[in-house]
Amino acid sequence: MMTLEHYNYWVVIFLMMAGFYILIDSNNLIKKIIGLNIFQTSVFMLYISLGKVAGGTAPIAAEGIKTYSNPLPHVLILTAIVVGIATTSLALALVIRIKESYDTVQENEILELDQIADEGPQA
Amino acid sequence: MSNINLLIDIVLLTMLVFTTVAIIRLRSLFAIVMLSGVYSLLSANIFVILDAVDVAFTEAAVGAGISTVLMLATIGITGYEQKKRRNHNWIAPLTVVLITGAVLVYGTLDMPAFTNPNDPIHLHVAPRYINDSPTEIGIPNMVTSVLASYRGYDTMGEVIVVFAALIGVLSLLGIREKSSAPLHAEPPARPILQVMAKFMIPYIILFSLYVQFHGDFGPGGGFQAGVIFSVAIILYTLTFSQQDAMALVPPRVLKRFAAIGVLIYGGTGVVSMFKGGNFLDYNVLVDDPLHGQHYGILIIEFGVGLTVACVMMLIFFAFISRGDKNP
Repeated sequence: MMTLEHYNYWVVIFLMMAGFYILIDSNNLIKKIIGLNIFQTSVFMLYISLGKVAGGTAPIAAEGIKTYSNPLPHVLILTAIVVGIATTSLALALVIRIKESYDTVQENEILELDQIADEGPQA
Repeated sequence: MSNINLLIDIVLLTMLVFTTVAIIRLRSLFAIVMLSGVYSLLSANIFVILDAVDVAFTEAAVGAGISTVLMLATIGITGYEQKKRRNHNWIAPLTVVLITGAVLVYGTLDMPAFTNPNDPIHLHVAPRYINDSPTEIGIPNMVTSVLASYRGYDTMGEVIVVFAALIGVLSLLGIREKSSAPLHAEPPARPILQVMAKFMIPYIILFSLYVQFHGDFGPGGGFQAGVIFSVAIILYTLTFSQQDAMALVPPRVLKRFAAIGVLIYGGTGVVSMFKGGNFLDYNVLVDDPLHGQHYGILIIEFGVGLTVACVMMLIFFAFISRGDKNP
């Protein structure tokens, strides 16, 4: 059972690295934000996996139940999800403004335009 | 964890892996956004299997609902395709990712086994919450006890972060209110969708109120309720029109209420200080400490719900009013 004992953590690491890969490899700002979201969700998954107790149930007190899973990671992640969507929407708002001023959301094109602007009229 | 739950957990996690691989390989942003909705729904299912019902609730409403809608609104403005790059080098990022991943996997080998009740994480703080919160706070849902009472400071911080993000979005995009009067197109523009929406919206709102006020006893609370409430208005906006929705819930009113929600939360803390307790110490709110806890949690959860609902609606309005056409 050695592999199963750590299966959740390894999938979390895979998802985290997949998000990281999208973030550094992708050229499109929207896709980068989605990569960041995947990275973020993998952290959520890690916390919730840590909170699970064998034979436990959801942490809502009820008659005849002795083992509960750990409620603390649930609280931390619940609020993190809502804060996550708020910050994601801020990032998307920035992307919309970038689109309006550069007319592209491709990172390399934005850098090229910046370079042209820096070189200015003498170029 | 019983065997069948472990099996479901493994299958769902594997589906998550396939979804992620598809997201990496695809180039159409529309498909990617849809897959990220699938990704969120799968994660919500995994959270249920891992006993985190409150978290699953939030993830399903936020990740699969609002996040997808906001992403779609954005790609409606910025374009649906990811352009192909010339001389695209994927070896360097892949190497970085593989090395980081290998280091992390090496780190997990020292970690205690998954679901073991004697893991360090389960030995501190958590026993206090699990054993004492039903008698100390007096409500069965331990997640709500911890969220609203034991760690009320944290939650207040989170609400303020949500509010601050709203200020950021509004200062970046603003909300363009159309001056024309609300349009009720005759005959209706999308009759089937509109009739179905009219049928569903009251139930969504009723459900959000249930989640709000029943959060002490079952899964739920202000964060989930706020998001679900805003989903009702988003559905109304998508099936009818932006003008109709803005006439129903005017953005300038929502802005006030978003701030009032934060004020209710902070105000509860100040009142408890005036009553001789610490900031956000509900025991002193009324004579009986248990009743005080109950009132305190109910009030601050209401503040949270109000702020979250208003913030989500305003952010949505800001995004769709930026596009040229109505969605």
